[in-house]
Amino acid sequence: MTPQHTGTVLELRGIGVSFGGLVALDDVSMTAATGTVVGVIGPNGAGKTTLFNVICGFVEPNTGSVLFEQKPLRPRPHQLAAKGIVRTLQGVGLFRGLTVLENVMAGATHTARAGLVSALLGLPRSDRDERRLRDEAMTLLDELGIAEHAQAWPGTLPYAVGKRVALARALVARPRLLLLDEPAGGLGGEDVDELAALIVDLPRRSDCSVMLVEHHMDLVMKVCDQIVVLDFGRVVASGTPAQVRDNPAVAEAYLGAEVGS
Amino acid sequence: MSTTQVRPARSPISRLITPRRTGPRRGSTLLRHLLWVAIAAVAVYFVSYGIDPFRNYQLATVAAYLCVTAGLTMLTGLNGQLSLGHGALMACGAYTVALAQNEFSDRGVLGAWALPVSLALGVLVAALAGALIGVCAARLRGPYLAGVTLAVALVVPAFTTRFAGLFNADQGLSVYVDPAPAALGQYFPPERWQAWIAIGAAMLSLLIVANLVNSRFGRAFKAVRDDEVAAKLAGIHVARTQVLAFVVSAGCAGLGGGVLAVISQSVSPSVFGLTLSLNLLLAIVLGGLGSLFGAAWGALLLVLLPYLTTEVTRGLSLSPGLANKLEGNLPLAIFGLTLIIVMLVAPGGIQDAFRALGRTIRRRF
Repeated sequence: MTPQHTGTVLELRGIGVSFGGLVALDDVSMTAATGTVVGVIGPNGAGKTTLFNVICGFVEPNTGSVLFEQKPLRPRPHQLAAKGIVRTLQGVGLFRGLTVLENVMAGATHTARAGLVSALLGLPRSDRDERRLRDEAMTLLDELGIAEHAQAWPGTLPYAVGKRVALARALVARPRLLLLDEPAGGLGGEDVDELAALIVDLPRRSDCSVMLVEHHMDLVMKVCDQIVVLDFGRVVASGTPAQVRDNPAVAEAYLGAEVGS
Repeated sequence: MSTTQVRPARSPISRLITPRRTGPRRGSTLLRHLLWVAIAAVAVYFVSYGIDPFRNYQLATVAAYLCVTAGLTMLTGLNGQLSLGHGALMACGAYTVALAQNEFSDRGVLGAWALPVSLALGVLVAALAGALIGVCAARLRGPYLAGVTLAVALVVPAFTTRFAGLFNADQGLSVYVDPAPAALGQYFPPERWQAWIAIGAAMLSLLIVANLVNSRFGRAFKAVRDDEVAAKLAGIHVARTQVLAFVVSAGCAGLGGGVLAVISQSVSPSVFGLTLSLNLLLAIVLGGLGSLFGAAWGALLLVLLPYLTTEVTRGLSLSPGLANKLEGNLPLAIFGLTLIIVMLVAPGGIQDAFRALGRTIRRRF
């Protein structure tokens, strides 16, 4: 891993979110360098998913701003993919009424060129678009080693394959920033190793920086270049995996303060 | 807003649907669908010559309903939006066609182009009404959406009484329709001509809906139905997708209503009441939600069930009092009973039962 620090892909400045009286995020600032994998960790309820929701525009922050590739980002969920940000969801989150292939094709919606009129009339323009989307989706399924499931229904897939399809649906949009919400949640050891290899490869192979929320410490330590630790909505530590591991504040966040110290 | 709130529960309709593979195939979508239309047109041409005028009238009614059920099954089955107002949208189309046709005839400007223009106006008015409802619908879910569309179903017929000068209240309007073109011969039955018009409209409806369903918009419809949050993150504008589905579906309903006005040569509010809306919904569920073949089964049932019921009661030689009581009520009861039976035996509707049968036969042989 040799991250090229050519710039920052994402910068958060003083993000604060409160739900009624509950402070979910308090003055959270962080940067993610282009071409790196950044992990956001913290105990349950630390505000990790809220942070993702702010970046995606599901939650409006009370204070602070988000910068994507040095430009201010006013996130609206359905416009993210076109801007170059894609997020996966906890669990699988696939469309159960679409085949695996169609699920992945749906992820590339923003690249479609044919308009409503060609769709209504079934014009060749719309057909060409569909064929291109299908080819792209198929290529990606192939790369992820799940091409044989292309015509399957999501409900019939093993959990690990479903997770992989969700990843394919995200990658088909060719994001420059991929947000992974618990990508290893519910996966077995072998699957986690494969996932780790895949994530580490992403910045190099597809010019895609990665930000992930994860509880699986092995994975986080293995794939992340930078780690941000949240606790009660505040950044309590950040740095390389080694720095974070040795930071006493992190142990305190996870295990509580040492008695008598 | 917590994380649980931004991930709404999957719509109940999503769970009702048996998923079915559609999607990109080789060749041209338009040519493939036009081939279907051509086959159907040839079949209908011969059928319409082989049956008597009353059967032709029934065929035309089935076709008129098919326009509507095709659009409704797309809206409810594929996009997950429940509409109890499609009867009212049909009324929009029907009254527009009636007013336009009568206006044309008053000014003596009738010609071969008049009817298509009237029908197009009917589609336009219904689509506009659909856009209005669709914009509200995009903010509402489940029972609340049903509530709003129910209000539409009740309000639109009431309009005809409020503006009695224009719509002639409960009496309704008669619709001027040109006789069949002279080129078809002097003794060409008008019912056959009307059946052709209705079938043509139904084919147009089916063609448009089938094209749309097979495009990326169809995929977006289903994606929005299954998981709105994931759809947004996939770059789909959820509200716009829902409004689009509503507008197209309303346009189809307007066309169906207009055709119904043409073949019955009259419109009155009682035809387009809440019962019609409910029957339409029943029909697409019975036929098979989300399937265009299912929509065809539904349209057939809408005409066939009341007709068969009347035939049966007539055959039973009941006392006039009892027959009078059964008339009108029995079709409704039979409709309900059919719904219960189909839901028990084939929850996916008639079309799904046929598909399952086909699979079994293929496995056996």
